[in-house]
Amino acid sequence: MTQAAVDATESLLDVERLRADFPALAQTVNGRPLVYLDNAATTQKPISVIEAVSRFYREDNANVHRAIYELGERATRAYEGARGKVADLIGAPERSIVFTSGTTESINLVAYAWGRHNLGPGDEIVITAMEHHSNLVPWQLAARDTGATLRHIPLTDDNLLDLEAARTVIGERTKMVALVHKSNVFGVVNPVAEITALAREVGALVLLDAAQSAPHFRVDVQELDCDFLAFSGHKMLGPTGVGVLYGKPELLEAMEPFLGGGEMISSVNLTESTWNEIPWKFEAGTPKIAQAIGLGAAIDYLEEVGIDRVTAYLGQLSDHARQVLSAVPGVTLFTPAVGSAVFLFNLEGIHPHDLAQLLDQEGIAVRAGHHCAQPAMAHLGVAATARASFYIYNTFEEIDRLAEGLNQARRFMSG
Amino acid sequence: MTELRDLYQQLILDHNQHPRNFGVLEGADLMARGNNPLCGDQLDLYVALEDDSIKDIRFEGSGCAIFKSSTSIMTTVVKGKTRGEALEIFERFHRLATTGEVDSAEMVKLAALASVYKYPVRVKCALLAWRTLETALQEQGEIVSTE
Ligand SMILES: Cc1ncc(COP(=O)(O)O)c(C=O)c1O
Repeated sequence: MTQAAVDATESLLDVERLRADFPALAQTVNGRPLVYLDNAATTQKPISVIEAVSRFYREDNANVHRAIYELGERATRAYEGARGKVADLIGAPERSIVFTSGTTESINLVAYAWGRHNLGPGDEIVITAMEHHSNLVPWQLAARDTGATLRHIPLTDDNLLDLEAARTVIGERTKMVALVHKSNVFGVVNPVAEITALAREVGALVLLDAAQSAPHFRVDVQELDCDFLAFSGHKMLGPTGVGVLYGKPELLEAMEPFLGGGEMISSVNLTESTWNEIPWKFEAGTPKIAQAIGLGAAIDYLEEVGIDRVTAYLGQLSDHARQVLSAVPGVTLFTPAVGSAVFLFNLEGIHPHDLAQLLDQEGIAVRAGHHCAQPAMAHLGVAATARASFYIYNTFEEIDRLAEGLNQARRFMSG
Repeated sequence: MTELRDLYQQLILDHNQHPRNFGVLEGADLMARGNNPLCGDQLDLYVALEDDSIKDIRFEGSGCAIFKSSTSIMTTVVKGKTRGEALEIFERFHRLATTGEVDSAEMVKLAALASVYKYPVRVKCALLAWRTLETALQEQGEIVSTE
């Protein structure tokens, strides 16, 4: 590592101190210190998040909104407090924040509750060729059920969105443009302002899959002017099982419910019901109380570190990764120069599954496969790739260990 | 990484780099396709029969070293065997890949894969070729998936 890199790291984040907050990082795997580089799949959790979940179960556990006693009031305050933290994080009013189980459910909610009532034959849904399956399959199902047509914006040879093509794909028939904000395969941030402008010209709605962007930089829904935004708690230090759907209040008001049951109703008789106000209209049944509270604690943690510093540090790690990974003989990097924190690559002559197994032996966790984005793999013309993705607790040394691991793997597989 | 040498033995690396019987078999009597959807391993297996024996067998496909070497070794082992014999070897190989048991001297080449059982997620890589062969021999010719 260069001295400049060390200095910059120290001025940005005290990573060593921060790592002490993450119990899972302090372990060895196959006798080597764990190097966890699968953060695009899910991040590790700081003690404050683990404690927030555990404290809820130890001290405040009760169902929310219904109980007229101290514990129930505390649980409700904590749960709604978490909603407030999410709202502040993305610059949205609280009533526009729906807790879901994750990005996948958030997108399905829109594809059902909005899609099934607003789409029909002749209408078009536009996605991109770099979507995660969770922003692809729900729209395939919506198109199948409503007779609408699913179209996609293709990619350029540099693995970027083809904006030229977007101008022709988005047209008068387009009713919904649903796209990934930051790609979980290429690490690039898509030009959502340009795409949104195209959608506005034709009166289409815009949904952003922010599963990777929300953990990496400040996402402000007013600035983005999107209609819907979806993300997951577990990719930004929070617990699994909770995610967020933001929707413009007037759209959420006008939409039909998604799931029916308790909590989401206003009044019920044996033949019909009326709906609760937003956002609770979309939160049928007992919600993800402990998980939402854990997500609130994760947001507190990120705000304390400083989200802009998270972004800057991930940028530094990425510059270092680009440099050392490109220097490994036989590495093909698919992440474009503008990509960050997510590095997609292959090592010549070694299948990514073998590579992941060999790296695991060195305690290094990377992902191998299609990363739930088979159309993107088809664009690259490969069946599988390896992916290393970083978060705030990763170090320059860990990236060096990855590069060393790749060199070892090459020597190992040549016998 | 040296600890992984039991899984990636020299014979495995050799078959991975230089797969035997690789390529399309013109005039095959049987063909079957196999895949591991979660990892993307893909296999096209071609078999030419003479009476009840496997006169020739070839494959095309892409996947990890365990998959590729297991397929390559399989083609060398079953060539010249009758259908019944081939299926019987599969039974013994299945035991080997899931328990590590090598039950006869005939299994020498296949024994290179005897450590696979210690890596449960890789067992399906080693078995895909055999499952696909089983399908081909039973003339079902459908897509085999080990997930
Ligand atoms: C870009 C993107 N979208 C959606 C998802 C799905 O998130 P979840 O599985 O939490 O619903 C992921 C997670 O892998 C992702 O990276």
